[in-house]
Order: sequence, then C-alpha cells, then structure tokens
Amino acid sequence: MKYFGSGHGACPGCGLPIAVKTVLNALDGKVFAVNSTGCLEIISSQYGKNAWGVPYIHSLFENAAGVAAGVEAALRAMKRKDEGYVVVFAGDGATADIGIGTLSGAFDRNHDILYICLDNEAYQNTGHQQSGLTPPGESTTTTPAGKVLPGKVGRKKDMISIAVAHGVPYVASSSVGYVSDIRRKVKKAVKFEGAKYIQIHSPCVTGWGIDGSIAIKVARLAVETGLYPLVEFEHGKLTSVRKIKDRKPVEEYLKLQRRFRHLFTHEKGKEMIKLLQRFADENAERYGLDLKKE
Amino acid sequence: MKKVVRGFYSVAYSVKLCRPNVICAYPITPQTEIVENLAAMYANGELGEAEYITAESEFGAASMLVGASAAGARVFTATCSQGLILMSEVLFNAAGMRLPIVLVNTNRALSAPLSIWNDHQDSMAMRDAGIMQVYVENNQEAHDMIPQAYKVAENKKVLLPFMVCMDGYKLTHAYEPVDLLEQEMVDSFLPPYEPAAYMTTKKPLAFGCYAPPHIYMEFRVAMQQAMERAKDVMLDVFKEWAEVSGRDWGGHITVDFPDSKIFVVAMGSVVGLLRKVVEELRNEGLSVGLIKIRTFRPFPVEELREALKDAEKVIVLDRSVSFGYEGPVSIELKSAIYGYSSAEIYSFAVGLGGRDMPKDFLAKIIRDVAEGKERPGFAFKGYQEFEEVIP
Amino acid sequence: MKIKLNLGAISEPLQSEKLKTGDWGTHYPVVDKEKCNGCKTCEQYCPDLCIEVKEVGEEKYAVVDYNYCKGCGICASVCPFEAIKMELKDIFKV
Repeated sequence: MKYFGSGHGACPGCGLPIAVKTVLNALDGKVFAVNSTGCLEIISSQYGKNAWGVPYIHSLFENAAGVAAGVEAALRAMKRKDEGYVVVFAGDGATADIGIGTLSGAFDRNHDILYICLDNEAYQNTGHQQSGLTPPGESTTTTPAGKVLPGKVGRKKDMISIAVAHGVPYVASSSVGYVSDIRRKVKKAVKFEGAKYIQIHSPCVTGWGIDGSIAIKVARLAVETGLYPLVEFEHGKLTSVRKIKDRKPVEEYLKLQRRFRHLFTHEKGKEMIKLLQRFADENAERYGLDLKKE
Repeated sequence: MKKVVRGFYSVAYSVKLCRPNVICAYPITPQTEIVENLAAMYANGELGEAEYITAESEFGAASMLVGASAAGARVFTATCSQGLILMSEVLFNAAGMRLPIVLVNTNRALSAPLSIWNDHQDSMAMRDAGIMQVYVENNQEAHDMIPQAYKVAENKKVLLPFMVCMDGYKLTHAYEPVDLLEQEMVDSFLPPYEPAAYMTTKKPLAFGCYAPPHIYMEFRVAMQQAMERAKDVMLDVFKEWAEVSGRDWGGHITVDFPDSKIFVVAMGSVVGLLRKVVEELRNEGLSVGLIKIRTFRPFPVEELREALKDAEKVIVLDRSVSFGYEGPVSIELKSAIYGYSSAEIYSFAVGLGGRDMPKDFLAKIIRDVAEGKERPGFAFKGYQEFEEVIP
Repeated sequence: MKIKLNLGAISEPLQSEKLKTGDWGTHYPVVDKEKCNGCKTCEQYCPDLCIEVKEVGEEKYAVVDYNYCKGCGICASVCPFEAIKMELKDIFKV
C-alpha cells in the first residue's frame, strides 16, 4: 500500500517527497496529514491529482498547527484517536515565520500531534525568498548578494530551542540525507503523548542550485560540517546527537551550492564563511558533535 | 422554562443543547461571557464528550474549527469585531471547503479608533465570504437561532458556515426573560451530526485541494448555488422551528403593516425600538411600515421586491458604512429592488460605535422623510458637525 | 455533458498516479542486476517512489518504473554498490 503516490509534481531530486514517504511509511499510513500552503502542498494536492494515500487537509499558509490541533481535538472528542496520528507537514517559512503563532498555541496546549517542519531554508515555492530558517550568507531573491550585501545578514532561527522552550515532550532535528534517522525519530516521537516537533533538513534543487544527483550528498554535508546538527530532546533533555567523525570545513558544503557561490568571490564572503564556520563550531560545542579520538 | 438571563447565557445554553463536539474560542468584548459560560459548563462536565479548547487567537480558534469540522465534528465559536476580521482568512477558506461551522458574532465596531461598542461594521466586512448571516432582534431569537443555524448549515444541500449576528452589549449584556429550550426538544429537532465527507483513514480523502483555472470557477459557482439553496432550506427550518417551539420568527424578512407607503428597513436589536416608533407614528396618521431583515446572506431579494413593490419611500437604517459609497444594507436593497419598485431610497448610517439611537431620534428621521425634509440618497444621522484639524 | 464536481474540492486518494512524469528528465537509471544486492537504499531515497526491489526467482534487484522516473539520479548517487548508472535518453543524444 502506497501512502504517497508517484506522479506528484516535485522537481527531480526534491527532498520533500523523500521525507514525506519516510514519515508515512514509518507510521504505516496511520496518519491524518495536515499540510500548510507551500511546495509540498502544490506538488501533491491539486484537485483531481491528489498524491496522498492518507486523509489529508490543507487550509492556509499559516495555520497548519491550528488545523492539526482541531483535527486532534475532534478525534479526541469523538473517541477516534486510535484511527491514526495527526501529523503536520509544513515548510520552514510556514513554521518559523508566518505560522509560528498557531504553532506556539498548539505547543502550549500540548496537542497530541507530530509537527514535521520540512526545512529547505527559504520560500522555495514562490521562487526562493528568505525565511526565518534561511542561514546567513545565503543569496535569496529577497536577500540577494549585491555589491554591498553578501546575501542574508542575520541568523537562522533556532526553532529546536523554541520548541524545547515550550516544554514539548519530544523535539528532534533530522535530515533527508539520513532516511533511517527520520524513520527512527518518527517512530519514537509518536510514543510520546503530546506535541512532537521534528525539523527535517530537505534539499531544494532549484533554490539551492544543485543537481538532483548530489542532493543527498549535500544534505549529508550539512550534517557532516556541523551546520545542521541532528539532535534529540526528550522532555527538554538532550538525549542523543549524531556524532561526526571528522567534521568537515563548511566550505565543502557551501561550494557545491549556487546559493552560497558568491561567498567565494564577494568582498564580505570570507567574513561570512567564517561566521558560518563559527556557527558550526558552536553547534559542535553545544551538542558535543565531534567524535573524540580515544 | 422561562428565566431571566443575559444574552450570553441564552446563547451558551443553546449551544450546549446542540451537543457540539469541539468548541474553540478566544476572548473578546462583548463576546467573552458566551465562551466563559461554555467554559464553566465544560469545567463542570456539562458538555458531554465535547472538547473546549482555548485558542491563542481568533485566527487560531477558527483554524482549529476548520480541522475539527473536516474531521467530522460539530463545532462552535463566538467572536466579534477585530476577532472576526482576524478570523476572516480562515472563514473565507472554511466556506470554500464547505464546512458547516456555526459561530456567533456579537456585533461590535471596528478600529480605529478602537471601540468596543455596537454597530454592524464587523459582520458587514464578511459579507463576501460565503457565510450565511442572520441578525437577531432579542435574546430569545438568539437562543432559538442556534439549533436552526446548525440544522441549516449541516443540511447536505447547503454545507456552508453560519454566523448568527447579535448586537454587542444591547443584547449580550441585557437581561431578558428567555424561554430556555429543553434538551429533548432540541435533540428531536437537531439530529446528531452526520458529515457528508470527513477525514478518516477508512476512506482517505484530501481536503483543501487547490484548483487551477480550468476548474476553480466551478467551485465558486457551487458555493453560490449552495447559498441559493440555503434560502429554501432556511425557510423550511424556520417553519419547522415555529411548529416545534411555538415561536414564529418569520421568514428571511418580517413586514409590519405591509400596505404602508413608507417603510423603515433595519436589522438587529434596533428593530424592537423601531416597532414602538412605527406604532406611534401610525397613531399620528403616518402610513409607515417596518421591515426587519433577518437573513442578510443569502440576501432576501425576492422578499424585498415583493414587500416594496408599491412603496413610495424606503428608509434604510444601516449600522455600518462602506466608505466611499454608503451603508451596505442600503446598497444591497437598492440592487435587489432595482426595476421592481419606484420607491425613493433614503439611506442613513446610524449608531456607529454604540452611538445612542433614542426613540425621538428614530422618529424624527422617519417624520422628516415623510414630510419631504430629506432628499433621497445617503447621509449619516446622529453625529456632531465638525471641522477636521491636524494637531 | 455535465462534469462531476466534488464538494469543496475534496479529492480521492492517490490520483497523482494518472500523471506519468517519466518524460520529464534527460537521463534514466539503468540497474546492473549483477552488482545489485537488493539492499533497498535506492528505494528508500527515490523521491518519485518509482524504484522498487523485486524478487525475481532466486534473484533480488531494483526495478525502475520508467512511467514515473524523472531521472534525478538520486538512486545512482546513494547506491552502495555502484549498481545504478544514469544514461542519457536517446532523444537528447546529438
């Protein structure tokens, strides 16, 4: 039984369907899917061309967490909770920017939902605009690298900490580069009663400016450089991290992608790469990413 | 059982009798006590299996209702003013998704300047959403309207959200004797909700799909057709209600003194006072009648054509204004009777932001029109002359 | 003739499979049955859900459904045994 069909409209090499099918399969299709407006919604839910094999709802851009809370409340009220898990699939903009209000509300009330943030680090559906989860130094169409500015200035919003701060019982980050990691975390997450948040790094071939054939490699490099740490919090406590054997310099990750290419020629590029390396180092320190040599 | 209760309670108690599955709400004056009453019932275990969820905003409340309704639940919320327009994106969406959400709007002015007082600017701003709107005159009508709202909204020929509009403060805070319904009677009038289609793993349907140009328009036509069917469904439900409750609130409009030359048209709580005013003016020998519009969406086009076909003058009292034109009820009424009545239309926006509308004020408007002291067209009534200055 | 229109644009499940996306790409994967040991890595990573490990008699290897394959090359890139090669479609050969 397929829970997500072929024939969807994702770009060749898109990470989103990989994440979605992994989540749905991990839960044996016992899922009520709630989707925000965005790439995933557009590629999968055209009237008459629906790709979903599970009950699905899309309402607006910024209310997926609210809609999911409503589905969950209804299932609870009608004694139908055994039917399946309420799972949100929302993009990074829908999660960290426009939808953070309803997400915070759902977290605060601790609805029994699994919220999956599919993080491709910009508004890719509308053509690669900056979101709160766009990393610094990325050239997007609303933070383009110009004569003065080296792409986005600022930082990537730390949604993991924001989720943990809400007292959410299970919070994790994962990556399309490691589907077994997604599977394990999803299976674990649903064992927790209450709200669960998993942020999955998902390569975007058009926005990131990569060929589909290297999508997985690039996703793994984000982890191997320490820029995208894969961590797990249970009841607010850090319980596991994916260790890195020989952490690679961030340049190895950046140089493969058009969105960061300017950093290697721009006047402020070196400074930006240094900043990103600092973020990676801080992640390594904070989460203990480096596998210490005995 | 007749009891003197406030408007809030008349609504909350009626909602309880309708056995909703999910209630989501956010506080806003002058609605709050409706949901406070429901919250107290929930806390006391009086709402059966229902879930009462405190939302983080009206936007969140409406969003949860979309999810709950799509999952097959009977749902309720109450709001007004800023809360209603904050909900508006969700409500437009819910109408398109054909979800039979029932909400009560305790009509209140819109900011700026901030005003917590009553007029109809909030619900008028929602007139194009695809939501049914009925305006009630008193707390008994509000109490009675809730089960009828569910019955209409959930009818398979309709399936659109239903908004019961009641005047903030004037009704919500007022103590009135209300004949409270019995559970048994409501149960037999309003059967348990059986959704037409809902989210279930047994039949995994997708809700809220997007529609490209080759198919979008059909869904909007379908909404209009549902609204048109709602006109008949409402009349059936209103009639059935009159039979089972013994209280006949009329159809989409009610007409007092149908043979009059002059008609006053209004919605909401002001109708009660106008009835008194009209009676007194008739005693003075004025040929004046009163039309209460109950159903604003779908708009009672045929009823107004019929009622006003021989009218000479029509006075529309709007509790709102569409800036740059005139009062929305007047706009709608004119377009409805165009070609069917040669009456002169006198359109007045009155009582904005809770501005008092005493009996003498209303009587003077009608008398002035009758005596030819007013010109057809639009004007505000009941405000102070001013000169706008930049401080 | 009247079309059928679902209430509120509700859709039936898995209708996307009517859309054959196999003509999107320039390349297509070819599985070397000798090298493939049926580990399912490609299956797990395929974004178009169109490569599946099948058992054929004694053998077990990945089979591509070319009706849907968009030629992204992810399967070839993740294969631990280099059992998948991407080849250019004939129509793109100059």
